[in-house]
Parts: sequence; C-alpha cells; structure tokens
Amino acid sequence: MEATAKSNFTGHDEHVAPKRASVFWRPTSKTGLMSWLTTVDHKRIGFLYGVFALFFFIVGGLEALLIRLQLAVPNNDLLSAQQYNELFTMHGTTMIFLAIMPLSAAFFNFMIPLQIGARDVAFPRLNSFSLWTFVAGAAIINLGWFMKAGAPDAGWFGYAPLTSSTYSPDHSIDMWVMGLQLLGVASIAASLNFIVTIINMRAPGMTMMRLPVFTWMALFTSFLLILSFPAITIALVELMMDRLFGTNFFEVSNGGMPILWQHLFWIFGHPEVYILILPAMGVISEILPTFSRKPLFGYPIVVFSGAIIGFMGFTVWSHHMFTTGMGTVATAAFALATMAIAVPTGVKIFNWIGTLWGGHLQMRTPMMFALGFIWMFMVGGFSGIMHSAAPADAQQQDSYFVVAHFHYVLIGGSLFGLLAAIHYWFPLMFGRIVSEFWGKLSFWIIFTGFNITFFPMHFLGLNGMPRRTFTYDSNLGWNTPNFIATIGALILGVGIAIYFITIVYTYFKGQKIGRDPWDARTLEWSLPCPPPEYNFAVIPKVHARDAFWYEKQHKEEIAKENAAQAKEDKAHGGIHMPFASIYPLVASIGLLVAGIGISALDHNKLIVSIIGGVIMVAGIFLWAHEGNEGYHMHADKEEKS
Amino acid sequence: MSSHADTIDHHHDHTTTTGIPNKKLVMWAFLASDCMFFGVLIATHMIYRLYPPPGAPDPMDIFSIELTSFSTFILLMSSLMMALAVNAIQKNNLKSMRLSLLTTVFFGAIFLGCQVYEFQHFVYAKHLTLTNSIFGSTFYTLTGTHGTHVAIGVFWLILMYVRSFQPAAGIKDKGWFWRGLIHIAAVIGVVIFSMFAVIGLTHTLQAGEGFGAFLSHDFGLLIGLAVTTALSFYLARPRGPVAFGEANAIDVESMGLYWHFVDIVWIVIFTAVYLLEYL
Repeated sequence: MEATAKSNFTGHDEHVAPKRASVFWRPTSKTGLMSWLTTVDHKRIGFLYGVFALFFFIVGGLEALLIRLQLAVPNNDLLSAQQYNELFTMHGTTMIFLAIMPLSAAFFNFMIPLQIGARDVAFPRLNSFSLWTFVAGAAIINLGWFMKAGAPDAGWFGYAPLTSSTYSPDHSIDMWVMGLQLLGVASIAASLNFIVTIINMRAPGMTMMRLPVFTWMALFTSFLLILSFPAITIALVELMMDRLFGTNFFEVSNGGMPILWQHLFWIFGHPEVYILILPAMGVISEILPTFSRKPLFGYPIVVFSGAIIGFMGFTVWSHHMFTTGMGTVATAAFALATMAIAVPTGVKIFNWIGTLWGGHLQMRTPMMFALGFIWMFMVGGFSGIMHSAAPADAQQQDSYFVVAHFHYVLIGGSLFGLLAAIHYWFPLMFGRIVSEFWGKLSFWIIFTGFNITFFPMHFLGLNGMPRRTFTYDSNLGWNTPNFIATIGALILGVGIAIYFITIVYTYFKGQKIGRDPWDARTLEWSLPCPPPEYNFAVIPKVHARDAFWYEKQHKEEIAKENAAQAKEDKAHGGIHMPFASIYPLVASIGLLVAGIGISALDHNKLIVSIIGGVIMVAGIFLWAHEGNEGYHMHADKEEKS
Repeated sequence: MSSHADTIDHHHDHTTTTGIPNKKLVMWAFLASDCMFFGVLIATHMIYRLYPPPGAPDPMDIFSIELTSFSTFILLMSSLMMALAVNAIQKNNLKSMRLSLLTTVFFGAIFLGCQVYEFQHFVYAKHLTLTNSIFGSTFYTLTGTHGTHVAIGVFWLILMYVRSFQPAAGIKDKGWFWRGLIHIAAVIGVVIFSMFAVIGLTHTLQAGEGFGAFLSHDFGLLIGLAVTTALSFYLARPRGPVAFGEANAIDVESMGLYWHFVDIVWIVIFTAVYLLEYL
C-alpha cells in the first residue's frame, strides 16, 4: 500500500480542517488504516476493489482445485457429496460475483475518471459506500464456511424449489440470498455513479464518440447492471419471503411456480454474462491498438456492437431453459435471438483482427494475454453458437460440454482480459513494470494449463458426463479426460501462482518506470505513474479520439492551452478536492449487521436487524448532512519523470 | 467548481458536460433501475393471477375499490404539492416550500394510512394473509413494496423539511444538530399518531360506538399527537438566517422526481392489480 499512499504527495493542501459541528468530523489523514477506510479517492477505491477481488479469486481458485482433485479418479472419496455441493456452489458464486465483477469494478474505478479527464467520479462518497457494501455482501456469503450450517450448496443459480426451506432448512441459503442482495445494492450504486461520471464529467472536447472504448464498455456494463440486477433482487426477495415469512412464490402446494425463479434468475443471468465479458472486450480494445501501433479499426462499429450486445443481452435469457418445455414458439424465438447475438460479437472480433492487420506488433505481456483472449474467446463463442440450436442444446444441457463452454468464455474471455488489464495498467497504477520474462512465462503456463483442463471437458460432455456429480463410476469411459483435466487444473494453478507472485514482487521491488511506458494513446497515460491524488494538474482539452496521441503530436499547442487553463484554475482557488468521509462505511456496516441479523442468526434476529438498520440510517443521515464540501489543493511543480 | 453566478439557472448546470445536474441524472438512472424492480413484481403478480390455483380467493370479494380510488386520488394530489414545493424553492421562497413539503407529507401519510387500514381489513375481515394463498403473497409483497417506497419518500420529505432549518454557515448555534433530530422525531410522531388516531376513530365508528369510546380507547394517541404537534410548531419558529436556499433546489427537485415516480408506479399498480379485476 505504500506505493499508492506516497504518490499522493505531489501537492500541498490548505484549509484541511474547517470549522464544523463535532458530529461532522471529517477524517483528514492521508496514510494509515483510517485513510483507507474513509477514502473517497477513486484510485484508492479501485485499488481496494482489486485487492478484495484477487483475494476472492484465489479462494475461488482453491475451491476449483479441490473440485478437480475430487474428480481426478473414479469413485474418489476426497470430498463428501455435501462438501462437493458446497464447493461448486461457492466456486461459481465467488468467481462471478466476488472475483470477476469486482475486478472489472476496480478498473472502472481507477480508469474511467483518468480516461475521460476528470478528477474523480461524480459521487465520491457513494463510491466508497459501494466498495464497503460489496465487502459486506462477500462476507455474508462466505460466513457459512465458519458456521454449523455450512456454505451455500444449491448451485450458483439456486433453482427453486431446492432452495426452499423444505429442502434447505439451514441458514446457508439465507446467507447466500442476503449476501447477493447486498452485492446487488453495491453494484447498482457503483453503476449509477459510473453512468453519471461518464455522461457528465468528461473533459472539454471529450465527446461521446471520442471516449476510449474501455469507458464505453464500462457505460454499457453499468446500464446492464442497473437494469438486470433488479430482476434477481426481486427474485431473491421473493425467495427470502418464502423462507422467512412463509409466502408461496415458489411453493408448488399453494400455487407457486418454481419455473418463475428460472425466468427471473436468467433475465438477470444472461445480461450478467455480458456484464462479465464487456469490460474485458473494452480492455482488449485498448491494448490491441497500443501494441499494434495503430488506431482501433472501426471504432464506431466496435462501440455500436457493444451497445447491440448489451441490448440483445436482455432478449436471450430463455436459452438457459430450452429443456424446461417452454413451447416451440418461445424456444424458436430465443434460439434465433441467441444466434443473432453472435453477429455483433463476431463484428468485434473482425475489428480486432483488422486492428492487428498490418500493424507493427509488439509482443509484450499484455498483448500476449490480449491475443490469448481473442483466440480462447472465439473457441468459447463457437460452442456457444452450438448451444443456440435448441435440439443440440437439449443434448448438451447440464453436461460437461456446458462447463467447457462457459469456462472458455469466462476464463479464456473475461479472465484473460482482466489479467491483460493488470499487466497493461500496472505501471500506471504503481509506477513499476512487470518483468517480461516472468509475465510471459505465466501467460504460457496459464494458457497451456487452461486448455488442458477445459478442452477435454467438451468430450466428457458429449460422452454424457453430467455436471454437478461428485463422483462417477470407472466403466463410463470418463476416466482419462477427467484425469487430464485435473493435471491441467494443477498446471493452471501453478501458472496463476507464478502470475501473482510476479505481481506482488513487482509491487514491492519491480523496476521503476517513468511516464507512458507503452507509448500509449489514451488520456490516462498522460499522467505521472502513479497519478497524483488530484489526477490532472490541469484539466486537459481533448482534440481527437486518441487524446494523448494527439497531445504527443501537438506538444506546443497543448502546452499553451494548459498554461492558460492553469492560470484560470488558480484564479478559482486551485484544485477542489472532496473530504474523506467515514459515514459511507458506517452505512455499510449497518447493512452488514442487519444482513447477518436477518440471515445467519437463530435468536435475536429482530433486535440485531433493527440495530443494523438504525446504524445504516444514522450513517446515511450523517452522510447527507455533513455536506459535500472539500478543500483546495495546489499542484506543485510536477515531478519530472 | 464553485458557482459565482448571482442568479441560479435551474435548467442548466455549467459544471457538467451535458448541463444536466449530476443529482438529477443519477436520480433518472436510479428510477430506470426501479422501473425494473416494479416491473418484475407486477409481472409476478400478473402471472399468478393468470394461473390461479384451485380455490384461490376472488379479488373482487376482497377489494374495496372506493377506498383505494380515494387514496389514489390523494397520492396524485401529493404530486401536485411536490411540484409546487420545487417551484417555490427555485424562486427562493422558503416559507412556501416548507408549507408545500408538509402538505405532501400529509397527503403521503393519508395514503399510507389507507394502506394500513386496507391491509388490516383484508387480513381480519377478508382473511387474506401473506401465507394462505399465492394471491395474498403477491398482492402484499407488491403493494407493500410500493408502500415502503412511499414511506421512504415521506421520511425523506421530513428530513428535507427539517434540514431547511439548518442555520446558515458562520452562525454560532451549537444546538441545531440535536434540535434537528428532535424536530425530525416530532414530525414523524405527528404523522404516525395522527394516522393511527384516524384509523382508530374509523374502527370505533364502524363498530357503532360513539366518539366517547374513541376517546377512551385512543387517549394515549391523542396525547402523543398533541405533544408532537406542539413540539413541531415550537421547533419551526424562525431563528435567523438559514443555510437552505435556492442553491438546494436541485436536492428538492431530485427528491421530487422520486416522489413523482412512486406516484406513477402506483397508477400502474392501481390499474393492473385493482381496476383490471373489474373488467
């Protein structure tokens, strides 16, 4: 944490402690635990999102390794069936909600303001609330490991009626429900913030069609989030009402229909897969031009394809339900829509290839992961198109073929994109660059291990191995592929370990670099590495799509502009910075206490929930009344680099 | 980022890229999200109404459309008062804004009171509970979620009303924070006591008992009402310049957007859940 903490001192403050009522104490320290708990700086919040996400990524990865070890040989008894159920449920839930999504959120937080030339997000304190509410939700979901009830065990999509109190009487499902609801609150709050930031906080000249593609994808992802999360939230509310108050939403004996859960879940669940992949597509659209030494091929088409994917993401949810007997018309309609959504996706892939074509390719580590993304995501995409044919899908449903498909799009797609993003933006975030040798080594081991693990699963699935079975007999012909997959998983684990050790080593001891190590194109690279607390000493004027590239070609013009702008800023009292605030954290703690009260306790449910509610309301109340004022800062002579 | 303009332009915020104030934009985006919340709830209700299990209760036997029409009308009128409050603060007319906010709270409280009465009536007289039928489950969850939105709105209105008494910066007034808390509690007290007093009176009159019986049943409520009302008036006395002014119009306006949205959702619910049954 030292590196980011120190970087904040390239300026000096004034009026740090204003006169105010003592209840509205504002934290002013810039180092130490308190500064991290109360921070409203989007870069620090992004960093914390990243730390939590990578922690849960490792947890989810270890869960996956246990699953693979159990399946290595037939009739294995390393895990009991119950433990296996808990592990695959938590592996899915953790990877989707606690690893990939927050890792995307980490880069959204860190990069959006830098890419659009802003000094922070639109609502800095709301941003802090999103972070801590996410942590609260993650804690509640994982609480089961430490309790008698055990971890949630109904699968990551928790189909009714398995989640009803008849079949899951203990608290594990309650905690899963409550944790996901808190994560929903956190995601919606964060997305609202990003939407307003991107639409309203752009630097002069940064028109929408000059936005970096990563920011565009962040905008689409945010819209998907605010429109899809309500569906799962209401489904979870209905499930919670069923479990706590005895309503009948999914209770067949009283007229409830379990199929309703599937519809509501997948109305959320399918946009969710685009929530996972669009940020990675944005990252790729940044990395390929940088390392191909060319502008992105067909920028408007890439942007509009993203919009179309986002929109169509809401029209295909029932392809997860082809075998539920929806009727021929519905099945045909959803099959067609699913085939159609491959078109904008394919358009993007051709645009990326167009970007590479004739470029002067530089095979640095981020570029390796980006190219790996394109290839592996295409493999996952092809098996996805196979699923869109409903008759074929009826065979593949719930088999390892599906497992292979979504791991190719989630690891080969989303995760490769995010691993590329870590390498790409690491120099900007911490001022140090990852060693090419260790970076590339980790890439090749991850790439090899990943394919050895998941490619055999296609065959396992076509040979009939169902997913979510904790063991299998030796005479079914599944032994060899399963054993190969387990070996692959271990190789993948080694690759990931090398990746993380390299990253952590670089964080502390890596080679220091100056500005703009990749000779990149977008605005965030115009800043010192790592960027100062206020981001831009002078708010830039944007003249072209690849704003920083233009700046590098027109140095005199930009210098003149900046000098004029700096003068004007000085007349307005310097750089305005928001105060840190503890109340978002207080509100999140209230949610955590209330969530635990409702979901995890046998006694004193009501009292604990009410105490939590009161803490939350108090936090929000004080937050609203402390006011959004800040202090002024003056950028000193910028550090030479 | 500080505004030096003498007159505030309420339709264009020059500090943002689009000219739309951030607080307004975030509220619009949130309402889009909230549309989906209610959309899912209403869809759940409609689907289960299309496929009722055998022996399901008939909504026509349960609803009392007159009462619900009345409360719908009141909620619509509260939107008018909300709009007047926004208009007043945009013209820096603090007194008029406070009056309009209180009227909005009053109308919102009538709506909530009608809902409390309706729920009581359905449970005790019509035997429709949350658990005994799928209709009860979807009906109470949907209208209850809407009622929660209204209650949050009323709470927010009260907070905004009390906040308008916060003394201006630079004025030495250490007690305002705690006074403000008591003020909020007092106004909430007025709302709750009066709501239950009216419901109590209705029940007494329906039971054929006289006004005297009401006094003896609900004497405590009336005392509470008197005390909180007196306290609210006392705390609302003018005490010198306040911080709240035209610059806060955007706060009132985004709250107004929320309030109007909750009204519109009720129009949809009233149509889909109540009126459609009478087709």
